[in-house]
Amino acid sequence: MATTTVNQNASLASIIERRRESILAEWLREMSGATRRSDLMKESELQGQCGQFLDLLARASGTGTNVQAAAYEPLREMLLDISRVRVQKGFTPRETAMFVFSIKRPLFTAIREAHGKDPVAMAEQMWSTTELLDSLGLYTTEAYLKSREEVIRRQQEDMLELSTPVVKLWEGILALPLIGTLDSARTQVVMESLLEAIVQTNSRVAIIDITGVPTVDTVVAQHLLKTVTAARLMGADCIISGVRPQIAQTIVHLGINLLDVTTKATLSDAFGLAMHRSGFSFIRSDKKEKRDN
Amino acid sequence: MAVVSSEATAVATESDIVTVRRLVREASAKLGFSLVDQTKVVTAASELARNTLIHGKGGEMELITLNGPRVGLRLKFHDHGPGIRDIQLALRDGFTTGSGLGLGLGGAKRLVNEFEINSQPGEGTTVTVTRWK
Repeated sequence: MATTTVNQNASLASIIERRRESILAEWLREMSGATRRSDLMKESELQGQCGQFLDLLARASGTGTNVQAAAYEPLREMLLDISRVRVQKGFTPRETAMFVFSIKRPLFTAIREAHGKDPVAMAEQMWSTTELLDSLGLYTTEAYLKSREEVIRRQQEDMLELSTPVVKLWEGILALPLIGTLDSARTQVVMESLLEAIVQTNSRVAIIDITGVPTVDTVVAQHLLKTVTAARLMGADCIISGVRPQIAQTIVHLGINLLDVTTKATLSDAFGLAMHRSGFSFIRSDKKEKRDN
Repeated sequence: MAVVSSEATAVATESDIVTVRRLVREASAKLGFSLVDQTKVVTAASELARNTLIHGKGGEMELITLNGPRVGLRLKFHDHGPGIRDIQLALRDGFTTGSGLGLGLGGAKRLVNEFEINSQPGEGTTVTVTRWK
């Protein structure tokens, strides 16, 4: 059984070699119909990819139809490359996979002509070729998705950096507005940037605002407490602001002890307290007569 | 007790906990829970999902909407992890086998109306909580 497969594919390789030019021309015509994206890719580039694919397919198919085998390594690498580039250029998964699937018609035409008088051999070779091309097409789709996931992961990492700005509110007063989910990775970034900013700006008070944190569970609370403790070790007092009524109730039910930490309902309350602690006071200049306390 | 809808979601990674919170928040908002009750049940779900992930080595959450004589939300967290040897001890505040505060399980219990835990060492754990509207 194994020997017949090899024989069939040896002839697939020879068919491709003999009819390389006509298969290539027909393949390009096939793609120009449905999936050609001349807006995203140059004709010459596509031609080069098709020629390379045919050559690599001819070379690998001589060894069998298992696309995971070592002989298919160069072909797999090429498809991986194509998928990665096409993700970046904005091709859809369908357009990417059709690169492989659209070779079926020209290749099958060539097989039919080569086996003209032997329908059994022709059917067998068509079947094995279909299987081979399907596996390669699926591999391309998988590679496409993997490249997409890479893009998403990179964006997530970028967001992690972007979403934790430490801002200076006043001489010696920092604010850290937190937004979204506080997982372990993000808390690490938050803590680092806050501690660095404390040193750089020589601040004595840091306000951590949790207005934008939708859920404060025990892990978030633990992260907050660790950050407060670390800041305190560096000589800065922390105030946690933005504790909304529902968050306050939830914290009480959870049994989290935040008594050692100064907390305020709003950022402006916290800022007022921070100013007071730093020895600053506000004076409204245009209504001096109404200021009595 | 009429079950209106029931859906299961996997709890296998850190980001699944975020998904669990979102699903529970959406479901409780749809049932007309007050903001405080929404926050309570979402926080309880967050604690239990994290337990399922960290102590149970992953599992799933079943989200059941109840609309019988009373309207409520029932969450069933199930895992095939090592199980809990002493449930009373696990529920005690401050007790932890990991590195957390040890308040998650007991805290979740205080945030819901009904709390049921079934666990056999070596066979996994199922925690069922219900919050009535």
